[in-house]
Amino acid sequence: MTSTGYNIVVCGGLAPDPLQSLEPAMGPSGPALKNEMMLPVVLDPWASHALYEAAHLAGRIPGSKVWLVSLGHRGKLQQMMMTVAQKVPFELVAIEGAAGGFTDPAETAAALAEAIRSIPGLDPARLLVWGGWESATRGAGVTMALVGERLGIQDQFQGVDEFKVQPDGSFRILERVEGGQHQVSICTGPPVLAGWATGSLPEPRNNPQIGMQNMRSVMPALQKARTAKVGAEGVRFDRITLPQQQRATRVVKDLSPDQIADEIIGWIRQP
Amino acid sequence: MADTPIQAEMDVERQKLEADIVCIGFGPATAGFLIELSRHIGGEEGAPPLASRCQPGMPLQVLCYERAEDLGFGVSGVVTRARSIRESLPGLSPADIPLGAAVTSERMVYLLDPVGASRRSRTVRIGDRILRLAGGALGMRDDAWELPWIPGFLHKTGGWVLSMGQFMQWAGMRLMGSGLVQLWPGMPVSRAVLDGQRVVGVQLLDQGTDRQGRPSDGFLPGMEVRAELTVVGDGPVGSVGRQLDERFGRPSRSEAPSDWAVGMKMVVDLPENSPLAPGAVYHTFGYPEPEIFGFMYVHPDRVASLGIFVPSWLNSPVRTAYRCLQHWIQHPYLARRLEGARLRSWGAKTLQESGRRAEPFLVGDGFARIGEGSGSTNVLTGSGVDEAWATGAQLAAGVAELWRAGLPMSRDRLEAAYEQRRRSSWVEREARVAERSRDGFRRGIVRGMLGMALAGWTGGRLWWPGGSRSKPRPIESLESFYRGRLTPEEIDAERRRSQSQGLALHEVLMERAGWPPIPHDGRLLVSHQDALLLGGKVQAPPGYTDHVVYMDPGLCETCGSRLCIEVCSGQALRPGERGVPAFDREKCVHCGACLWSCTRTLPGRPERSNLDFRVGAGGLHSAEN
Repeated sequence: MTSTGYNIVVCGGLAPDPLQSLEPAMGPSGPALKNEMMLPVVLDPWASHALYEAAHLAGRIPGSKVWLVSLGHRGKLQQMMMTVAQKVPFELVAIEGAAGGFTDPAETAAALAEAIRSIPGLDPARLLVWGGWESATRGAGVTMALVGERLGIQDQFQGVDEFKVQPDGSFRILERVEGGQHQVSICTGPPVLAGWATGSLPEPRNNPQIGMQNMRSVMPALQKARTAKVGAEGVRFDRITLPQQQRATRVVKDLSPDQIADEIIGWIRQP
Repeated sequence: MADTPIQAEMDVERQKLEADIVCIGFGPATAGFLIELSRHIGGEEGAPPLASRCQPGMPLQVLCYERAEDLGFGVSGVVTRARSIRESLPGLSPADIPLGAAVTSERMVYLLDPVGASRRSRTVRIGDRILRLAGGALGMRDDAWELPWIPGFLHKTGGWVLSMGQFMQWAGMRLMGSGLVQLWPGMPVSRAVLDGQRVVGVQLLDQGTDRQGRPSDGFLPGMEVRAELTVVGDGPVGSVGRQLDERFGRPSRSEAPSDWAVGMKMVVDLPENSPLAPGAVYHTFGYPEPEIFGFMYVHPDRVASLGIFVPSWLNSPVRTAYRCLQHWIQHPYLARRLEGARLRSWGAKTLQESGRRAEPFLVGDGFARIGEGSGSTNVLTGSGVDEAWATGAQLAAGVAELWRAGLPMSRDRLEAAYEQRRRSSWVEREARVAERSRDGFRRGIVRGMLGMALAGWTGGRLWWPGGSRSKPRPIESLESFYRGRLTPEEIDAERRRSQSQGLALHEVLMERAGWPPIPHDGRLLVSHQDALLLGGKVQAPPGYTDHVVYMDPGLCETCGSRLCIEVCSGQALRPGERGVPAFDREKCVHCGACLWSCTRTLPGRPERSNLDFRVGAGGLHSAEN
């Protein structure tokens, strides 16, 4: 009998833990972050939302399965898995890549698409390819679209906040548009590519049993990770900037939430 | 009165998991245990691999749960002889570890008080005067005297400078890469599970609770992980270690830990023209208070770790390690070397300085204790990592023997396989020499230093007696401490002002007593809150219970000192309603100093302070410490 479940492949890379202080540095192959190998890493926050949503959907539709395709330095991927693998069930597909610096999104997309095609038993007719609509690190926000192109997926949605399976099997998808509004689309079915914004699910609790279950596939996947030659060869960098951390500390007690909100808005509006 | 000391068992269904060995905490002791054990699991050196007893046909199933949200968060920088690490990992070079360097030079420096606010005894003041008079001849510079030699027992010649955060990450990646053990950060263990007198595993902390531990959104009861052996390496203030102490008591020759210190440190980027060479090690004493020791270790790539130790025997009712740290780095001797430096990371931890004297039962049915919480720290040589790693490696060797022979993890077997190994090792020999070396500090800094020298030079046969250790020395009152500098009326006014404004007392009292205000520069001298956020990146995930609990808030209402607030490394404890300190979990760095600083004990239980420090989630988010 043919399964009605979905094959959900989530693409997600590494990002430095957002609390770290980042500092630009010039590496042998171009701009990089100072001491990047020493910084703790997390799964890119946008891709994290995609992964949680994927696991949620897979949990509701019998026969569904989630893969996480991740490109990065093998040691750092392993480090990240110690946290991510406790969250939701998935099977890891690891690709060994650069430890830092910038990569050409087209090369990254090619490596991701190739890895997805190589997943044994993947049913293209039941395929949902999900990821973050952009990257919290150095992505240009085009990687997922390029992955979809390479896989021949024509139905692509970006800035997705909701993905509902309707009784007739079609999808109702909410994409972010200007002014806090959503564009509503109906798509007849897979294959579909979705670049997620934040979705609506909270970060799942750490679950040791899920961690144990995931680790059975994580370590073999890391050991057999293929190396992808991704980088930024031939690219000339005119200028790079990092998000600037701004802090203005004031200790104030007994302010109402409205007063606090007004203060924050005033601070944001400062020239 | 609040809950029992160890998190109460809720009557809920808990998932269960089976393993062969479960470890609590991933510090140097557990890393040593797992690195050594993984060699046996994999069947290195021709021996057959270790097979699981709970999952037949599988290799030994080993799980390690770490409270912090990643490996290496919240541990400290160190200079170590690294004997045990090198024994476990032959051929390893410090250059293989990020921020690692071989020791190239060592200096011991006495810092005089350039400010005039330090509380120095008459003997120390006379000594300072002589040094200043003879300064030129002795090579004094920058209000500091570099001692012409360092006692052999303090030397770290041939040792390594490490960032413990980076070393733990390195060790963790090596272990995970082997595929032989599983490390799970962000997963606090709330208690050991007992069956009669036998430890049969651990219970993980409930998730999805409110601050009082009651089920809330997304409640996930902590799982029970059953294992034949539970390895307790949860450090000096670990709640499982304390649970076992309460349950099993202490060996007759052992005493409850009474000597502690809070170590506070920062990692800084040095300027391009810095003269500090990688591997340089500085030890300081004498300033900002004579009892406060300091250190600076220089890593490669113009990075340095530096900080101070504020001991429990510093009899000051207003002490915050952070304020002391700021005065210390402004001392001319350090300021000259740190000019242009910038804060990169910051953190604090407790050190258990009773060492072997407070050694608990090292083994019992189904459990073994390793590392600092097992009393392994050597207080004479100022060494803890080497010893902690060694105890872990010793346990691993013993466990491998027992497992291979098909023997149970019982108390008598573990005594023979682990405890006897430890007793016949250099860890025990050196701990015996150190055992009474610091007693003299209870009678002052000069007698303390002389006591250390006596113990070091005579192999522990002589020391300076420190008086009764049966009960903690009472903390001086503010009125007594500031006699001659502030009147009781002035102190009372400041106390009332701090209470009404929710502020700690130390800032204003220290300045009233002559300490200059801190000239914040936004680089090295930053506010305490900025150190938390920019340096320590401190945060706490939602959905966990508060881990600092006042068992009887009524006792706090009548507490005159509220030392817990003054000593808090992260300003997480603040004056609260009716005098009961308020706890802000999101600022806690989990140093545990509040636990041993609480001056109130529970009625009828003089060994139990009113403040309970339980296991909790969150804390420091930097692995550069």
